[in-house]
Amino acid sequence: MLRVIGKRLALLVPTLLGLSILLFLWVRSLPGGPATALLGDRATPEAVERINELYGFNRPLIEQYFIYMGKLLQGDFGTSLLTGRPVLEEFATRFPATLELTIVALIFAIGIGIPLGYLAAKHYGRWPDHGSVVLSLIGITIPVFFLAFILKWLFAIKIPIFPTDGRQNARINATHVTDFYVLDGLLTREWDASWDAFMHLILPGIALGTIPLAIIVRITRASVLEVQNADYVRTAKAKGLLERTIRNRFILRNAMLPVTTTIGLQLGLLISGAVLTETVFAFSGIGRFLRDAIFNLDYPVLQGFIIFIAILYSLINLIVDISYSIIDPRVRVQ
Amino acid sequence: MSTTLPPASGGNDSASKDPALPDSGGTSLWKDAFYRLRRNPQAIAGAIIVVAFLLVAALAPVLAPYGGEDLPGRTHITPTHIPGPGEVPGFVLGLDRFGGDLLSKLIWGAQSSLLIGVVSTALGLAGGMLLGVLAGGFGGWVDNVIMRLVDILLSVPNLLLAVSIAAALGQGAYAIMIAIGVSQVPIFARLLRSSMISQRGADYILAAQTLGLSRGTITMSHLLPNSVGPVIVQATLTLATAVIDAAALSFLGLGGGRPQTAEWGRMLTYAQDELGIAPQLAFLPGLCIAITALGFTLLGESLREALDPKSRQK
Amino acid sequence: MSFRGTTPGRWRRARRRTAAITAGLAASALILTGCAESERGATGGTGEDTGVNSTFIFAASSDPKSLDPAFASDGESFRVSRQIFEGLVGVEPGTADPAPLLAESWDSSEDGLSYTFQLKEGVKFHDDTAFNAEAVCFNFDRWYNFEGLQQSESVSYYYNSLFRGFSDSPDTAVYGSCEAVSETEATVNLAQPFAGFIAALSLPAFAMQSPTALEEFNADDIGGSAEAPVLSEYAKSHPVGTGPFKFDSWDVGQQVEVSAFDGYWGEQGQVQKVIFRVLDDPQARRQSLEAGTIDGYDLVAPADTKALADAGFKIINRDPFTILYLGINQEVEALADPLVRQALSHAIDKEALVRQTLPEGTQVASQFIPPIVNGYNEDVPTYEYDPERAKELLAEAGYADGLTLEFNYPTGVSRPYMPTPEQVFTNLSAQLEEVGITIEAAPDKWSPDYLDRVQGSSDHGIHLLGWTGDYNDTDNFVGVFFGREKPEFGFNNPDLFNALDEARQVSKLEAQTPLYEEINADIAEYVPAIPLAHPAPSLGFAPRVESYPASPVNDEVFNMITLSE
Repeated sequence: MLRVIGKRLALLVPTLLGLSILLFLWVRSLPGGPATALLGDRATPEAVERINELYGFNRPLIEQYFIYMGKLLQGDFGTSLLTGRPVLEEFATRFPATLELTIVALIFAIGIGIPLGYLAAKHYGRWPDHGSVVLSLIGITIPVFFLAFILKWLFAIKIPIFPTDGRQNARINATHVTDFYVLDGLLTREWDASWDAFMHLILPGIALGTIPLAIIVRITRASVLEVQNADYVRTAKAKGLLERTIRNRFILRNAMLPVTTTIGLQLGLLISGAVLTETVFAFSGIGRFLRDAIFNLDYPVLQGFIIFIAILYSLINLIVDISYSIIDPRVRVQ
Repeated sequence: MSTTLPPASGGNDSASKDPALPDSGGTSLWKDAFYRLRRNPQAIAGAIIVVAFLLVAALAPVLAPYGGEDLPGRTHITPTHIPGPGEVPGFVLGLDRFGGDLLSKLIWGAQSSLLIGVVSTALGLAGGMLLGVLAGGFGGWVDNVIMRLVDILLSVPNLLLAVSIAAALGQGAYAIMIAIGVSQVPIFARLLRSSMISQRGADYILAAQTLGLSRGTITMSHLLPNSVGPVIVQATLTLATAVIDAAALSFLGLGGGRPQTAEWGRMLTYAQDELGIAPQLAFLPGLCIAITALGFTLLGESLREALDPKSRQK
Repeated sequence: MSFRGTTPGRWRRARRRTAAITAGLAASALILTGCAESERGATGGTGEDTGVNSTFIFAASSDPKSLDPAFASDGESFRVSRQIFEGLVGVEPGTADPAPLLAESWDSSEDGLSYTFQLKEGVKFHDDTAFNAEAVCFNFDRWYNFEGLQQSESVSYYYNSLFRGFSDSPDTAVYGSCEAVSETEATVNLAQPFAGFIAALSLPAFAMQSPTALEEFNADDIGGSAEAPVLSEYAKSHPVGTGPFKFDSWDVGQQVEVSAFDGYWGEQGQVQKVIFRVLDDPQARRQSLEAGTIDGYDLVAPADTKALADAGFKIINRDPFTILYLGINQEVEALADPLVRQALSHAIDKEALVRQTLPEGTQVASQFIPPIVNGYNEDVPTYEYDPERAKELLAEAGYADGLTLEFNYPTGVSRPYMPTPEQVFTNLSAQLEEVGITIEAAPDKWSPDYLDRVQGSSDHGIHLLGWTGDYNDTDNFVGVFFGREKPEFGFNNPDLFNALDEARQVSKLEAQTPLYEEINADIAEYVPAIPLAHPAPSLGFAPRVESYPASPVNDEVFNMITLSE
């Protein structure tokens, strides 16, 4: 097992190496080159010269790449052009916010998606099935930011139930220990702070969780459909086992395999969704920071983030594969 | 954002199955698929939406009361008030922030969405087919290199990939088309390759090999035509994601052009600030994007089902 | 005009005005006085007695760039600075005119090269350092002796542009020396005349800072580069001034907190604690106000003012001290033709523009200074809206078949003089297209692209830009725009340059006025750009905010806020 994991991790190396080359070339292909990206379109030639000198942009490409790679390996992802602070530091301060949001979104998606998918399969061809298929279709085709608008308009403007002013009410003098605001409130026993932070998460969480929800419904439905006609389920039914036992021990357990994969693979979607959701809800996490980086072409931030997300993505893939073998001992990690 | 959608039915990925398997009726694959599509209400709904969308886009100059960038209602706008549907005669759906006719802008928006969708999908398809054919046809180290590259690109979230490409190209509608097109290349490439590999051991390929046909001929005249099924399904679905992604890129401010450009995503960008006083400015373009995406998705999924041999046996 | 006796220490600033300063109270001052009367009863002392929630939360659009105002030039830094620091010279409430503050009075020598300040007695910095003549000279000498990175334009912008030189470049420097004559009397000697000296001292950049704290926390120790300076310990967490509030904390990206300074020499007011909460999203600011989680924010979007007012929130407009103009680049061949520039003027319906895109309280502009600035000329030549005339002029200039112009505008930005650039652009371009001009849209993001392109290169056509005045000084408007050859406008008009130069040198206001009136008329004749409007920036407040010291130059100190609950 460990050896397999080691091998998989080793396979990460060429992928990341390739990615770093692509990113390096990408920065060099920005209109006007990196110095102009730093200084803006109409920089004076002298300023460009100075920046080129300072950052070594005028050295041979290969040499530049090794300098860049060396820095990356030391954990130096460069400095944000927008804020002037190290990229990693910027991510670290914003990561808890986005993680908190993602967790809420996933809880929403899984908590509703799996039961709904199961119900659809159980009542295959009848209205719960049709209903959930339509629902998941809508969930997939609705643009995230449009859904965010609707939620905001309905539940924050028309019927103001949920706050949409960032992560926490400024009047609550909350102590921040971990920067996971809900957790902070629980740790410090500032219940109101925790509750307030949680309320701030509901609307963006729903907006962000809807696409994963739709996909989880479909996958669960499809895989339960396949499993529930399997021989072992029929056998179990024939033996007269309790329906609950059949559902939990036989159907769901076996149907969860593809569902797990899907949840793992939602990461990319969640990140893209976070950029849009956080923008609409003024939620100050990584997504909004990325949006600003996109708008202002803050390339060290984009570059750093892409590497970060690629590593995360590969690791999650690995974890998903490992969790396979835990859910289903028949599967071996390869 | 865009994703390879999981099948709606209980079937597995059709790419791994053999779409060329002759069925009992003896009709051709596509004819048969078409027959099945016609009986599928999902497909009909999708087709109606898509045809309506195509008609609106094509007939925009006739249908739209005003030009896409015209501001005929400029004098009715104040900072605190934007006339809504029916408020000012002549503007059925009301005005937008700049004084444009909302109805006209929605109609012209269909045209620009269609253009972006088709061009970027065609680009992604062309690029993906090229890489896929190279990888699937040659195998060996070519396959290895290309698939590594595809893996790398697939590990970057689609929207971020598109954004990065758009950033390097500069602002504008063309940048968006290319960016979305290129970001779809890896998906097409991988799909075509796996489809081709699954065909490689098929009897008709072996037959062609024994006949002494060249590798190029076999790839181009036999392997490829029999492997494009899943790719075409994916292309239909990509049209949906391209419309959504284009809106997202515009929404993030990468669209270029004038502020009043009739483009659904662009309209949403500005609508954000007016959500309180004119929610229709956000809802109507959003609805158009969602419905168009729904149309292509329905059609694409029905197509996948129709081409899926497993569902054919039912 | 004098307020002496009418304000028993309610205003933080002394009322007595020196003879050198002319009056010019704008309407907003009257509003303020009105408010002041209505609340006098409530402000018996600290907020705690009256059962008022004495914490005031104001939404800032960003973090301050630096808490050391000498190294800052942005609005959010200055907003915080104004609570912590005071300068020798303040601003007459509700106007843009200088008024005594830490200096109770001053005299200048006949040649305008020497100023003697009589300082307020018994003032202490928050760290208990005494404020005296030595502290004054310490600050002046500190600025003058900036070196290296500290001198760069992006770091010490205001000292750079107004005092024009440092100790290692004495030839260009305006500042000469400072002498502590006695504990309460300081003399500042200038190396060359500077008519705007007193008015300039009202800028937060020239506020008095505690010499002890500056030294202890190495205020001058800044690192990094001009593009991305790294703050000193002082500028991050130890700013010390004489103002009504002392600094508590700065949680980057979250908030800055200040609280009432017990030893403040003036009236402390109701507000005991101010939190500047960073909310960089305009929508979030509005929603926070509606949700009651903040007490106020600046630059309310024009679209929101009515809805907020209807819902019971207070919208306060600052008196416009702004100018929005349509810039013209005469490097473009067609635009060098005066007929074309006049045609553009006739083609634009400024009233429609203001009504359709700019906030309430905005005034249509006929010249490049707001009406309350010295030298405003009621009788400048104007170009009434007349599209037919515009077409004729274009035909006369040889563009009967049409004219194509590049129109530059910024995106994703909101400025006090231009809340919604995209709307102004679409409106103007539609107007221009009606007289047969074809517009090529050229959007750029505000900073650095747009500014670099419009101000730093000649690669642009007509463009949108504007200005918010720093203090009441005509040169601070027209001199900045048209005082020399600039790539922004691309013209060389020695007569205009000379006239502006001459007017700037005159040290007496009465003598300056006729000169500027004439210059304004000449500019209107020449049309180097088209003045569009003086937009009024709006602030939004919670219903409990009874009054807010709105100031055209943003000189708003929160001890003057009154709250009802």
